[in-house]
Amino acid sequence: MVFLPYSTAASVLDTNAATPKTLLSIHNVAKHFGKNIVLRNISLDIAEGEFLTILGESGSGKTTLLRIVAGFESATAGEVWMGDERLDQRPPYRRRVNTVFQHYALFPHLTVEENVGYGLRVAKRPDAEIKTRVEDALAKVKMTAYAKVKPSKISGGQQQRIALARALVNRPKLLLLDEPLSALDANLRRQMQLELKSLQREVAISFLFVTHDQEEAMVMSDRIALLRSGELEQVAAPREIYSRPATAYVAQFIGHTNLLETEVRGGIARCSSLSWPVQLADGPALFSLRPENIAVVPPATLVVSGRVRLPGRVVNQAFHGATELIRVQCAEELVLIVRTPSSVAGHAEVELEFSPADAVPVRKSAERN
Amino acid sequence: MFSRAYKTAVTLPPLVWVAAFLLSPYLLMLCYSFWSVSAVQVIVHHWSLDNYRELLRVGVYWQTLFRSMWIAARVTIFSLLLGYPLAYFLSFHAGKRKDLFYQLVIIPLWVSYLVRAYAWKTILGSDGVLNTLLQYVHLTQHPLEFLLYSPFAVVLTLTHIYTPFTFLPIYAALEHIPRNLVEASHDLGATPGQTFWKIVFPLSIPGVLAGATFAFVLSLGDFLAPLLLGGPSGIMISNIVVSLFGAAYNWPLGAAISFCMLLLVGSLIFLSERLERKWSFS
Amino acid sequence: MELLVSGNRREATKGPRWLLAHAVAVFAFLYLPIAVLILYSFNGEGVGGFPPRHLTFDWYRVLFSDGPIWDSVWNSLHVAFAAMVISLAIGVPAALALDRAQFPGKALFRRLVLLPLILPGVITGLSLLMLFNAAAIKLSLLTIVLGHGTALISVATTEVFAGLQKLDRAQEEASLDLGANYWQTFWRVTMPNLKLSIIGAALLIFTLSMDEIAVSFFLIGRDNTLPLEIWGRLRRGITPEINAVSTIIFVFSLVAIVVWYRLRMRDGGTEAGMEVVEAVGGTAS
Repeated sequence: MVFLPYSTAASVLDTNAATPKTLLSIHNVAKHFGKNIVLRNISLDIAEGEFLTILGESGSGKTTLLRIVAGFESATAGEVWMGDERLDQRPPYRRRVNTVFQHYALFPHLTVEENVGYGLRVAKRPDAEIKTRVEDALAKVKMTAYAKVKPSKISGGQQQRIALARALVNRPKLLLLDEPLSALDANLRRQMQLELKSLQREVAISFLFVTHDQEEAMVMSDRIALLRSGELEQVAAPREIYSRPATAYVAQFIGHTNLLETEVRGGIARCSSLSWPVQLADGPALFSLRPENIAVVPPATLVVSGRVRLPGRVVNQAFHGATELIRVQCAEELVLIVRTPSSVAGHAEVELEFSPADAVPVRKSAERN
Repeated sequence: MFSRAYKTAVTLPPLVWVAAFLLSPYLLMLCYSFWSVSAVQVIVHHWSLDNYRELLRVGVYWQTLFRSMWIAARVTIFSLLLGYPLAYFLSFHAGKRKDLFYQLVIIPLWVSYLVRAYAWKTILGSDGVLNTLLQYVHLTQHPLEFLLYSPFAVVLTLTHIYTPFTFLPIYAALEHIPRNLVEASHDLGATPGQTFWKIVFPLSIPGVLAGATFAFVLSLGDFLAPLLLGGPSGIMISNIVVSLFGAAYNWPLGAAISFCMLLLVGSLIFLSERLERKWSFS
Repeated sequence: MELLVSGNRREATKGPRWLLAHAVAVFAFLYLPIAVLILYSFNGEGVGGFPPRHLTFDWYRVLFSDGPIWDSVWNSLHVAFAAMVISLAIGVPAALALDRAQFPGKALFRRLVLLPLILPGVITGLSLLMLFNAAAIKLSLLTIVLGHGTALISVATTEVFAGLQKLDRAQEEASLDLGANYWQTFWRVTMPNLKLSIIGAALLIFTLSMDEIAVSFFLIGRDNTLPLEIWGRLRRGITPEINAVSTIIFVFSLVAIVVWYRLRMRDGGTEAGMEVVEAVGGTAS
C-alpha cells in the first residue's frame, strides 16, 4: 500500500495543522426523506488533490451524500461550499463537479466519442478544441480504438473507462465516483483500483469516492470517511483508521478485530481471566485488539516483561493463504481471533501473548438500526 | 426442455386458426382484387389487372386517398402535440400522482369509439352544445356551420380518439429511459433544455414512431367518423370501399382499394419498425 | 430554462408551468365529450342546446322500456363472452408457442396475430366478409363472434406472452424434476403464474368486443350488437336515450377498470394494457 505524504495530515477537526487548501466544504448537512433520516449533521472537508473515500454499508447514506454534492438531491439542512461559492443552491449543470455513475450511465444513442465530448459540446466549445480534448481523454484511458463505437458494444471495464474519460474531459475541480467498480469482477476490479489511483495522481483532481468495500477504500484513499446510519464515525487516513479506530463499529468494519469489554479499576483493565495495565479512569472500557497483534508462543517460554500471556484451545481455523485465522477459546466467555503465519493443529492447546499497547481503547458505538 | 408433443399441442391449433381466419381472408382479398363484376352483378373469376388500372385512371380515388392521408397526417401531428408533452409531464414531473394521471388518460379509451364520436356530433352541431353556448354568451349571432360535417370535425374527433393511443407508447418509451442518464447529462453541464433535446427526445423516438404509426394508420382507415361527422367534404378512402361493398356492389374494385391500403399500411408499419429498431438501444 | 430543473426524484418535482397547463388542457379535451355525454343524458330538452335545462331521469325511464336496445345489449354480452373464450383458447397456446417453440413461419405468425390490432377495422372486417361469403356462411352473431374472437387473439397473446417473460422457467423445471408431467406442470405451475395476465386479457377482450363496431359493421346479420343498434339510431336522429345507455356502459367499464387495476397493483404488475401497447408498438421485438 502506498500513501501520499499528507495522508498523515490531520483529520478535519484538526484545523491548526498545515493542511493543503480546502476545495469543498460540507457544513452540517442533513437529509430527511419524510420521517426517514438518511443523513444527520455531516461536516466534511475535501482538500485539493485529495482522494477521499466515503465508506459505509448499504443504507448508510453514502450515495445520498454524494448526490447532494452532485446536485441530484437537495439537503434538508446544511450547506456545501466550493471556495467562496455556495454549491448547494446551484443546479447540477452549474457545478464544476462531475460524476462517474455506478452503472456508468453512458448515453446509449451516442458513440463513445460523442459521449466523451458531451460536456464540451453542451458548453459550446469550438469543434477543434472538442476534438483534441476528446482524443486526449480517450488516450488517457487507452480507449482511442473505440471512439466510433456505441457503448453497448464494449465490455463493462471499457464502459467504466469511458465514463471516467467523459467526466475528466471537462476538467472538473472535483470528481465524484459512486461505487464505480462494483459491477466489475474481482480481477478487473483490483486492476482498475490501481489504475484509478495513478490516474488521480496524474490529473491532480480531487476524488470523492463512494464504496462499501473496506479493502478498496484502504488501497485507494488518502483519507477515509466512515459513514454509519447517516453519521460520520471517523475520518482519518487508512493507516490511522486501521490502527487507531475511534469506535467499536470502525474497528469491526475495517478488518478483523477482537472487541474486549473490560472493567477498569485502579489502572488495571480486566476481562474474564485477562488483565493488563491501562491509563484510564475507573469504569467500563472497550478495547480493540487486532488478530495479528496476538502471537502464538511456544509453551513454557518465559513471559516477556510487560506482555500479557494466556492459555487457550484452538476451536476453529480458516485458511487465508499466507496467514491463517484461528479462533481460540481462552475462557468460558472469551474467544479470541488470532492471525498466525503457520498452521496450528485443531484442538491444540496453545499459549497466546499480546502487548497491552496494541489493545486500543474504542468508544462504544451508539445503538442504531 | 419442452417435449415435441407439448410444442405441437400449443403450436398447431393457433396456426390452423390463424391460417383459416387471418391469412386466408387477406389472400382471398388479394384474389378478389383481380376479379371483376359482370353486368348482372355476378362476380367473374377472371384474372386481370383491370381494377388496379381503374384505380390509377380515376382521379376521385387518388384525390380521396390523398385527402385521407392529409386528414390522417393532421390527426397524427395534433395527437403528437397533445400526447408527447402530456407523456413527458407524467413521466418526469407528475411525482406521486403519476398512476392517477395515467389512469385518467386510459379511461376515455373505455368509452366506446362510436359514443365519443357521437358526443362530438352533439357538441359541434348547428344546434349543438358549442353553437348554442356561443349564442348564449352572445359571441355569435348565428350557428357556425363549419364546425360539423367538415374535415375539421373529422380531424378533431379522430385526434380526440387517437391521442391516448399516441400517448401510451411515448409514455412507455419515456418510462424506460434510465433516470441516471438525465442526471449524467445535468452533471456534464447540460441545461434541462439541452438534456431534453440531446438525451430524452432521441431516446423516446421509438415511442414517438409507434404512437405516430398508430394514429396515422388507424385514422387513415377510419370510415365511421367521416360518415357521422364528415359531410361530403370529409369523405375518406374507406368510405369509398364501404360503398363499393354496399350499394355500388363492386367487391373486386373495393378489394383492390383495400389491398392497396393493406400494402400502404403494411409498408408504413414496416418502415416504422425499422426506424424504431435503429433508434432503440436496449 | 431554470424552471425545468428536475431536482430530485423523491421530493415533488415542479415542471415548468406550461407543461402543467398543457396537461390540464389535454385532460379537458379528453373529458369534454364524456362530460357532455353524461350531462345531456339528464337533459329534458334533448341533445345539445345550452344551457341544459329540465334535468330529468326520463331518458333512463325510456331506455328501460326500450326492447330493441336491451336485445342488442344482450347480444353484445353473448358476443363478448364467446369472443373472449375463443381469443383465450387460441391466444394462450399461441403465446406459449411464441415463447417456447420454434416452427417455420414463426415471424409471419407473430405478425399475423398482431395485425388486427393495428390494421383499420375496415380491412379486417371486409376480408372476413369475403371469407364467409366464399364459404357460404350466413352472416349472424356467429360471424361477429368469429371476427372478434380472431381479431382479439392479439390481446390474449401479448398479455400472456408478457406474463411468460416474467415467469421463472426454473419453476417449471423444478416441477418436471419433481416428477410432474407436462400436463400437470402446465395446470399446477404455468397456469397459476399466468392467472393475472389471463384475467387481465379476458377483461380487456370483453370490453373491446362490447365496444367494437368497425369489424361488426360488415359481419352483422339480422341481430344487432349494441354499438350497431346505436349506429342505426344515430342515422335516424338522436335522442338523449343514447346518452343514457352510453352513460350506463361507461359506468360498467369504469368498474371493470377498477377491478383490473386492483388486480394488477396487488401483483405489483405493469400498468393496464401496457403489454399490448408495447407489443404493437414494436418496442418488444
